[in-house]
Amino acid sequence: MNIIVCIKQVPDTTDVKIHPETNTLIRDGVKSIVNPFDANALEAALQLKEAVGGKVTAITMGPSQAIDILREAVAMGIDDAVLLSDRAFAGADTLATAYTLAMGIRKIGDYDLIIGGKQAIDGDTAQVGPGIAEQLGIPQVTYAKHMKMDDGMLLVERMLEDGYEVIKTALPVLVTVVKQINEPRYPSLRGLLAAKKKEITVWNAADIGADEKRTGLAGSPTRVVSIFTPQRNTKAVMLEGEPEKAVETLAEVITKLNI
Amino acid sequence: MGVYILDDKCVGCSACLKSCPFGAIEVKDKRAGLLNNCSGCGACADSCKFGAIVVEDNRQAEIDLRQYKDVWVIAEHNEGRLRSVTLELLGEGRKLADKLHQDLCALLLGEEIGDMANELICHGAKKVYIAQEPRLAHYQTGPYTDIISNLITTYKPNIVLIGATNQGRDLASRIAARVHTGLTADCTELDINEDGLLAQTRPAFGGNIMATILCPYHRPQMATVRPKVFKPAPRDTSCVGEILPVDSCLNGKCLLCDLLEVIKEAGQGVNLEEAEIVVAGGRGLGKPENLNLIKELAEALGGAVGASRAIVDAGWAPAIHQVGQTGKTVQPKIYIACGISGAVQHLAGMQSADTIIAINKDPDAPIFKVAHYGIVGDLLEILPALTRRLKQTAV
Ligand SMILES: Cc1cc2nc3c(=O)[nH]c(=O)nc-3n(C[C@H](O)[C@H](O)[C@H](O)COP(=O)(O)OP(=O)(O)OC[C@H]3O[C@@H](n4cnc5c(N)ncnc54)[C@H](O)[C@@H]3O)c2cc1C
Ligand SMILES: Cc1cc2nc3c(=O)[nH]c(=O)nc-3n(C[C@H](O)[C@H](O)[C@H](O)COP(=O)(O)OP(=O)(O)OC[C@H]3O[C@@H](n4cnc5c(N)ncnc54)[C@H](O)[C@@H]3O)c2cc1C
Repeated sequence: MNIIVCIKQVPDTTDVKIHPETNTLIRDGVKSIVNPFDANALEAALQLKEAVGGKVTAITMGPSQAIDILREAVAMGIDDAVLLSDRAFAGADTLATAYTLAMGIRKIGDYDLIIGGKQAIDGDTAQVGPGIAEQLGIPQVTYAKHMKMDDGMLLVERMLEDGYEVIKTALPVLVTVVKQINEPRYPSLRGLLAAKKKEITVWNAADIGADEKRTGLAGSPTRVVSIFTPQRNTKAVMLEGEPEKAVETLAEVITKLNI
Repeated sequence: MGVYILDDKCVGCSACLKSCPFGAIEVKDKRAGLLNNCSGCGACADSCKFGAIVVEDNRQAEIDLRQYKDVWVIAEHNEGRLRSVTLELLGEGRKLADKLHQDLCALLLGEEIGDMANELICHGAKKVYIAQEPRLAHYQTGPYTDIISNLITTYKPNIVLIGATNQGRDLASRIAARVHTGLTADCTELDINEDGLLAQTRPAFGGNIMATILCPYHRPQMATVRPKVFKPAPRDTSCVGEILPVDSCLNGKCLLCDLLEVIKEAGQGVNLEEAEIVVAGGRGLGKPENLNLIKELAEALGGAVGASRAIVDAGWAPAIHQVGQTGKTVQPKIYIACGISGAVQHLAGMQSADTIIAINKDPDAPIFKVAHYGIVGDLLEILPALTRRLKQTAV
């Protein structure tokens, strides 16, 4: 079974803080990491490979430093890694990102399953996975919290707001995963050594036959026109005094708000 | 195509730094420069008063934009009832349609949905396109995408609004890729700008920043909208509208997965994301049994139970209750955080609640920075007393 995992390099938003006076993002010292859900996607791929055999390839689109996350993926145990990198990919929205990744995946060729994360923790759109599936003309199952192979078909539990669906699908299919699906493994020592030596494929727009009118800013229907930091309320009304009194005041507040 | 800074025009004022979501601009020796993590998104374009930032953007419309009219809402329903987000979309859609002097329409797919079509009209839809078929009874990406994409191509709506639910996000991104247009995710604010374009504002980076996004040259302009942000359209039985049955035949090529089973497991019977009141517990509960204190208060208020990741990971509460960056986003009228420290990932899921109440024994807990009301104290003492007190008011 050939599995392709889409992984994205993101700033660790845990580290992102807002400067109290200027109200801007402080990014000094913010590390770049593998999007946490994509670590779950890698783990899911490795587990399937362990169960039924096959090959796992990770792919990312990004600037040259995005190669770091591919090495991390190799350290976790994947077989091959591809970086899609070109000036022409810069400024991509989700449509152009999905197009570019789909072209890269086509070039890799033979695949049975594509796995991505539920969403990236920076862009937060959850749109790239379905976009890739559409460009490749294959079905999708999003928000997977469990999956396994069953008689040549993939059996997936898809999370809903108030429960889940059980879906059976033929291959090839694209699946996006939520964090409940597994606990990503740590790289092994052997993996870390392998990652250092691993030759990572780098493809540009011409290599994957991408139409530059459909990549990067040129291929993006959406345009970000302004960015601002949300105002945070900083003055809580503290209900003080004896617990009974505080509870009494709080009960009044709640009753009033809840009309 | 790309972003450039013209050295001769740059005065090194640093005004552009704030505009960059990636921190990819640096001012050195009184000159701004782009770092190699610049993604070329162009968000800095308008920040320079001196015209030193050039965003080369030679995109233009390849279609006749004037052909596209009306505001569409894709209705979502569950067990024979419209989801509240659909009514909220109609409320906001009405404002947009009025500003544009266009019609508000709704799309409804399913089986035995006639009653809901009338409900959509009572909530302001002038036209309801309706596709009925047993195979549409439950949402499935393939058939829903085929039918809605065909309708979009045929009727050419200007704007399409969809709830940012698991279903809506799955569907919207597939449709946008099919009809080749832009899609803004998870919007919390919508408006029509001076050029008549849909200005879509949304949180990103786990709620740390807000971005306003346009879709200037493609149609329809599509947005998913976060539940519980907009006011639902009022119900008015005197409203009139048309119900238009549309072709719901699914062709053989339709990409279909087999939906074997739908399993409901909502605790407390209240959908967390739609609840008006959420009572959430964190590690401060001390032990798993104390989750009952949260459940009892939630019950007394008719609300839903939320949880921090710490107690989900510890196995004290099921994952469907988790609020935050990697859990659910809620926007209730009242959010009561009990024994939750207020980590930024937790805040990402609840900070836009109308009123936040925090109960924590640590006066310096970060949760008090976003709270509107706070009590410093022991939740083991406060919660039972509060539940008792609120039950009294109820009778
Ligand atoms: C503030 C801000 C707001 C934005 N809002 C929008 C918007 O509303 N609509 C829009 O179309 N674009 C938007 N963008 C652009 C968007 O962030 C980029 O297109 C980004 O490349 C992909 O979107 P995402 O991060 O949301 O990924 P998601 O769609 O959330 O990612 C889902 C999964 O897709 C895979 N994936 C995503 N990107 C890559 C990659 N580069 N390489 C490999 N796998 C990947 C991963 O498996 C990931 O888990 C915005 C950008 C910014 C800076
Ligand atoms: C990538 C990533 C994603 C994450 N996503 C999420 C997410 O989606 N949701 C989420 O919640 N977290 C998330 N986290 C985890 C987050 O960083 C915090 O670790 C977590 O929210 C802490 O949970 P807590 O507030 O319950 O626990 P703690 O931080 O341990 O806080 C417990 C609080 O209880 C108070 N307390 C203790 N005893 C009492 C008492 N008797 N009465 C009153 N108060 C008491 C303490 O003062 C303290 O403030 C994520 C982390 C990462 C790295």
